[in-house]
Amino acid sequence: MLGLNKADLRLFLIVIAMLVFAPILLNPFPDTSGMAQFNAGYPDLMQKLVIFGIFAIGFNILFGLTGYLSFGHAAFLGIGSYTGVWMMKLLTMNVIPALIASVVVAGAVSLLIGYVSLRRSGIYFSILTLAFAQMFYSLAYSVLTPITGGESGLSLSTDDPRIFGVQATDGGNIPVPTVFGLDMSHAVTLDFGAWSFTISTGYYFAAIIMALAFYLAVRIFRSPFGLMLRAVKSNQNRMNYTGLNPRPYTLAAFVISGMYAGLAGGLMVAMDPLAGAERMLWTASGEVVLMTILGGAGTLIGPILGAGLIKYLESIVSTINDSVVHGWFAPLPDWLENTLVTVLHPFIGKGWHLTLGLVFVLVVCFLPGGIVEGGKKLGNLFRRKRSNGDAPTPGTGSTTAEQPGE
Amino acid sequence: METIILQILNGLDKGSAYALIALGLTLIFGTLGVVNFAHGALFMLGAFCAVTLNKIFNLSFEAIDPTRTDFLGNPMVVNTPYVEAWFGPEMGHSIIDWSVPLSILFAIPIMAFIGVAMERGLIRYFYKRPHADQILVTFGLAIVLQEIVKAFYGANPIPMPAPEAFTGSFDFGRWIGFDAYAIMYPYWRLVYFGFAAVVIGAVFAFLRYTTFGMVVRAGMADRETVGLLGIDIDKRFVAMFAIASIVAGLAGVMYTPILSPNYHMGMDFLVLSFVVVVVGGMGSLEGAVAAGFLLGILQSFASMSQIIEFIPGINQVIIYLVAVVVLLTRPRGLMGRKGVMED
Repeated sequence: MLGLNKADLRLFLIVIAMLVFAPILLNPFPDTSGMAQFNAGYPDLMQKLVIFGIFAIGFNILFGLTGYLSFGHAAFLGIGSYTGVWMMKLLTMNVIPALIASVVVAGAVSLLIGYVSLRRSGIYFSILTLAFAQMFYSLAYSVLTPITGGESGLSLSTDDPRIFGVQATDGGNIPVPTVFGLDMSHAVTLDFGAWSFTISTGYYFAAIIMALAFYLAVRIFRSPFGLMLRAVKSNQNRMNYTGLNPRPYTLAAFVISGMYAGLAGGLMVAMDPLAGAERMLWTASGEVVLMTILGGAGTLIGPILGAGLIKYLESIVSTINDSVVHGWFAPLPDWLENTLVTVLHPFIGKGWHLTLGLVFVLVVCFLPGGIVEGGKKLGNLFRRKRSNGDAPTPGTGSTTAEQPGE
Repeated sequence: METIILQILNGLDKGSAYALIALGLTLIFGTLGVVNFAHGALFMLGAFCAVTLNKIFNLSFEAIDPTRTDFLGNPMVVNTPYVEAWFGPEMGHSIIDWSVPLSILFAIPIMAFIGVAMERGLIRYFYKRPHADQILVTFGLAIVLQEIVKAFYGANPIPMPAPEAFTGSFDFGRWIGFDAYAIMYPYWRLVYFGFAAVVIGAVFAFLRYTTFGMVVRAGMADRETVGLLGIDIDKRFVAMFAIASIVAGLAGVMYTPILSPNYHMGMDFLVLSFVVVVVGGMGSLEGAVAAGFLLGILQSFASMSQIIEFIPGINQVIIYLVAVVVLLTRPRGLMGRKGVMED
């Protein structure tokens, strides 16, 4: 069905189900309980999860399949954002033209950068992409200020032409982004006893885009083209000897992942029409690398899990403060409570980046395959135990482990 | 002519910093084969060594001075730094004044320790892993180090004064026969350049004229053969990691009067230093130093108002542009060796 085999179809359906029920799944705690701060089912965060999911899926097509580690993908995200805002300034508040333009412009720029950068591989490629991204970042702050808005960022105003839309609403406000008349920020809150779930247009719009993006990624992974990209990763020399030129394939992968990043950038401004250059900083590029690695580079579901986990942790950890931690450890003796709070203090609230860095180091050290590999190992462990009980043939579990995530 | 000399001089201090960091990066890369993204953090840690020592010197106790009174007529409370109490006011004052140069002595053991701890504790497990993994783990480490510093010292830059003897500017123009005040150059930048030259010279001399350095160079050329000769090359490479981290740390210590240290200065310099290494040629020490100065000077020329008028924004991108052009025309960098990082 849909050109997918059974395992992929199952995975695709799981992703869709996750997307559809996210507002409920991510809100497992009643609003009144102390655990409510761990709820993630509010539109802002869910949109972020989905958008970075798209970004990471795209990055994975380049890094996971070809092994080329780009440190400059945030530039495409930023370019997508700027393009999106410009479309809304010039044409209409409908986000569809904005998204299309974001993808096209980011694709064109990545074609240019990719053409140059891909002439080198390994560390040189990483540095080249990093150099280009930093170039865009500093240009956005200096010379390109008329286009990018410089330090204050690019935002909409009531003076924008907006040829196919209104310049200002009846109340004299800046119009909000819509999709064919549906307001992006429109949300309905459903109450079930102590639980309340927020259903918003913006989130479901982003979720539909992500489902499409994921479907496309699955098709790319399973296509002969995807196989070529894997060949680039495993042995480029051998590929050369068989008479194939790897560069067009890697360039295509680079452009595709750049377009995904542009799409994510466009979606970001579709939710909140404001674009700033800090989005293009190289730490942002590092973050998407981390998402992909944490989830599992080269797997289908990995980047989504990684992006979700990082963004979830970011929003949760950075809202926890000392008094919250005091609350957790209140039942303990005072000296222990205070010690624990002091120990945790640097990691929470504003110290989120410290936690992020530690997670980064630990994952690369102990779990280079990411969550997906970790899950597989756990699965194998259980399976081996069971098979040990039936028949004494240990090790069979690992050889036949062709998981749907792969 | 004056402007040209002035721009070259202006480029020297930044170029010195790039050259020192890039030298350390290349040393680590050439010996251990590791791409160290945490090297900028070492530069930053060096700068904060200076901050720490300055804080230690300024530790003071409160004493009531009965001979003086404040404006309300009460006996005045005077804060006296311990060093002034111990060494007498004049000596103590000059110790505080010279805290930045004195930090060099303070930073050497600390940076050596941090370097060895980093190598033994984390990086040695990554020699056999792909370069991508090395980049990622050191990138994570850099974030951790910089966040720890931020937790202790806050996010704001901490201004550090140069010793009084080196404040102010030096009339370089008159010295070489131009009009007076045509070329003014701050003393401290001159000191920094001299310092960088000494450090770079020392590292090169160490590698060239000592037996230890000879073994290290042999190990860089062919690790396996040196190992077969019964030399424990790993031990020496660890020492080189410590030396590289000392070099980066000292670069940071001496840079503090030029740029007030903040927790993200390492990252800012790291990106540029990597570009410097790549332009100079991966694995070439001379290339790293030459490219460091070259790019520093180029950047300073690009910041001239006449040039910015001509090509707006060029000062922001010149280094990256040069890197792109060099990599595309001379893929091994200016002085790169054959066979290094050519996967």
